[in-house]
Amino acid sequence: MDKIEILEGRQRQVFEKQDGQGALDIACETTSLSGSVSQRACVFCGSRVVLYPVADALHIVHGPIGCAAYTWDIRGAVSSGPELHRMSFSTDLKEMDVIYGGEKKLYKSLVELIDQYQPKAAFIYSTCIIGLIGDDIDAVCRKVSKEKGIPVLPVHSEGFKGTKKDGYKAACDALMKVVGTGSTQGIGKYSINILGEFNLAGEAWIIKRYYEEMGIEVVATMTGDGRVDDIRRSHGASLNIVQCSGSMVKLAKEMEAKYGIPYLRVSYFGIEDMSKALYDVAKHFSDRPEIMDAAKALVKREVSALYPELQKFRHELEGKKAAIYVGGAFKAFSLIKALGSVGMSVVLAGSQTGNKDDYEGLREMCDEGTVIVDDSNPVELSKFVLEKEADLLIGGVKERPIAYKLGIGFCDHNHERKIPLAGFEGMYNFIKEVYNSVMSPVWQFAPRKGGLS
Amino acid sequence: MKTAKAATQNACKLCNPLGACLAFRGIEKCVPFLHGSQGCATYIRRYLISHFKEPVDIASSNFNEDTAVFGGSHNLKLGLKNVTQQYRPEVIGIATTCLSETIGDDVDMILRDYVRLFENGEPLPNGEPLPLMVHASTPSYQGTHIDGFHAAVRASVAKLAEEGPKQNLLNLFPNMVSPADIRYLKEVMQSFGLPAVILPDYSETLDGGPWAEYHRIPKGGTPVKAIRNTATAAGSIEFTSVLPASKSAGGYLESEFGVPRYELPLPIGIKQSDRFFALLEKLSETPLPENYEDERRRLVDAYADGHKYIFGKKAIVYGEEDLVISIAAFLAEIGIVPVLCASGGKSGKMKKRLLELVPDLEEKGGSVREGVDFVDIEEEAKVLEPDLLIGNSKGFKMSRKHTIPMVRIGFPIHDRFGGQRLHHLGYRGTQELFDRIVNTVIEERQASSPIGYTYM
Repeated sequence: MDKIEILEGRQRQVFEKQDGQGALDIACETTSLSGSVSQRACVFCGSRVVLYPVADALHIVHGPIGCAAYTWDIRGAVSSGPELHRMSFSTDLKEMDVIYGGEKKLYKSLVELIDQYQPKAAFIYSTCIIGLIGDDIDAVCRKVSKEKGIPVLPVHSEGFKGTKKDGYKAACDALMKVVGTGSTQGIGKYSINILGEFNLAGEAWIIKRYYEEMGIEVVATMTGDGRVDDIRRSHGASLNIVQCSGSMVKLAKEMEAKYGIPYLRVSYFGIEDMSKALYDVAKHFSDRPEIMDAAKALVKREVSALYPELQKFRHELEGKKAAIYVGGAFKAFSLIKALGSVGMSVVLAGSQTGNKDDYEGLREMCDEGTVIVDDSNPVELSKFVLEKEADLLIGGVKERPIAYKLGIGFCDHNHERKIPLAGFEGMYNFIKEVYNSVMSPVWQFAPRKGGLS
Repeated sequence: MKTAKAATQNACKLCNPLGACLAFRGIEKCVPFLHGSQGCATYIRRYLISHFKEPVDIASSNFNEDTAVFGGSHNLKLGLKNVTQQYRPEVIGIATTCLSETIGDDVDMILRDYVRLFENGEPLPNGEPLPLMVHASTPSYQGTHIDGFHAAVRASVAKLAEEGPKQNLLNLFPNMVSPADIRYLKEVMQSFGLPAVILPDYSETLDGGPWAEYHRIPKGGTPVKAIRNTATAAGSIEFTSVLPASKSAGGYLESEFGVPRYELPLPIGIKQSDRFFALLEKLSETPLPENYEDERRRLVDAYADGHKYIFGKKAIVYGEEDLVISIAAFLAEIGIVPVLCASGGKSGKMKKRLLELVPDLEEKGGSVREGVDFVDIEEEAKVLEPDLLIGNSKGFKMSRKHTIPMVRIGFPIHDRFGGQRLHHLGYRGTQELFDRIVNTVIEERQASSPIGYTYM
């Protein structure tokens, strides 16, 4: 087999941890290298994933059909009520619209759709060519908002204007316009908003249940199982807790600046981080010690049920090696710890959108020889899976076939998952899924494990 | 409830570049390359992977704000270089997007400039000759994914076909069919002793075996040499009902090289399959091989065995126009009424072509609608109350909401396993479709009966 080299333009985005190496000088937070087959999407994707779970809002994609078609009902973000977010709306621009402008079509589409579906708000996503043909979508939004009496919010998410992270920002800008427009009456002191939790497979419900059990009021989840009216009054909460740090820290910071609401960064994956997410909130409300007592009781109950279950898996998973490639680096931290709790090591840790601090943190956590990579691609991921002899790859849909072609296990930790992986029960599901894939007898037929090719 | 007319709701189509990427995946040692934003490539990869369950690497020139203002030349060239270095392809299939088309990039000129760079002394990537570059224009504000598919096939032939002495060779442009269908067609050609070029051929690249080592580009695909030979063939068979010769590969070969073009609807159902096999008998001067005769006989027998379960049932069929036309014609010959034949495509020819195949379609209660989305189809379904939905996975919402049993065909199959291995074409494909349709009806009868029959 010929040796796979790292592209010249990417060599500063790939490192292997070595002793005495010092801090990483990794290049990250840049646009992807042309022709590198990045696993990233675009600005639009960033906005779309953040706002998607707002279930009673109209999400209309302004542009040709592709962007709306590829994002129709693709996430596992579930709703306890309305499901307008699972529809796909597009202005479906044609050549004539591109030449003469799409404002009229956008206006007409908005009015018709608002009349038909009676949403609580509307998000208008601009796609690549909107930035070029010069549609004034802000003006259209203002007009329709006035006429229909609901927030109609432009999301400036032209695909080429930055990276997925810029899309997160555009989504936060749109949300910030909704925050603060509702009444905060009746919201108590011991209250939080859950940010950066998208209720994939009902994960937000698990987290919400934990906090409520501790005696904490959850005002809004943003955006999992999201409702416009909850977001409107979310400035009444005392604390923001932010998961998936990349996507919604901006909103938390803005809410802190404007409404004086402090925020905490948390993760709900793995025993350690999940427990910390509960304890940190309890510490914040230290004037009411019952909250900490409840948190301790909850963690004790959950962990004592979970621990023996995990030991059963540990027996067989111990010593297996995992490669992790995820969207946000923050998740990778949790996954490394979670895998560690069943004795698995990590041979590759990478993300699409991590920053320098993230990668430095990963380097510190990992063993010598672990590959740290930013904005990777199928060729590199395959190279490292082979070279490091990984038994498992954790990623999303685009990473899955790499694992299966090479004959190793795979765990989907992305937006499409259908089984909750957050919280204590999620930890059980996660390890069970890892176990089911890594220990499957089908790999005996894989050529790399001695099967015929 | 009034259906919105300006907006598209739950589209029954995808965008132009997706089809191009799929077609390019069917050329040997070819990497598809989208000239536009990173998102296009990633979304399309995700969409294709979810159906085929295979790696689908698509490169992107990764536009940023500067690119959009100053043009995509720099990014395209850099991207081509990087793809060449990383994948060592023989062909790069470049398709444009709405972005690069709107800023007016002259891709052909950029490609000429790129080649000149190396002629003027720039070191070649990997020190090897440059890969061939095929360019298809596929702006997403025109047409649908099927147009991109045909554009890429035509562009490949236009770029590669070379004049030469006529050969005992047949070109087959099968349209957007499954890997299993392509394998079947190869087998058919072989059985007739007909040397054939099938383009595209993603039967292995998108439904291949496990890897002992890493493959930069999966094995399989139509070889470049074979595409070169298409100009020397004795004829081209093109499965389509609505594609004009001016946009097809067969049309190109006919007008440029005088290769006769035989246009047939996708061979689904006995009548359309008969037409295909009759044409092969004629072109090969060989009678229908015994095994296909057998397949046909078993199919006729199955029609008899199953006819009562399905007669008079009403079906809504949706998807690409060519597929819908042939499925509807098949349904008509087994006694199912295609009460709505719907497509997100809009050729303007769908009804006319379908009436040619099924003259009494409308008298029997059938109807045809182009340019519709799933909300339009659902509105129709409420009135038509069909017994079956036949089409891709995206009809599932409607199927669930209105409890209409569904038979999954075509692309994408995102909610079932093995979509890439479904047969649709010829006697064998028809047999499989017929069995599945009959079983869907039987399953419904069995499930809705309080008795719990163990025989049906």
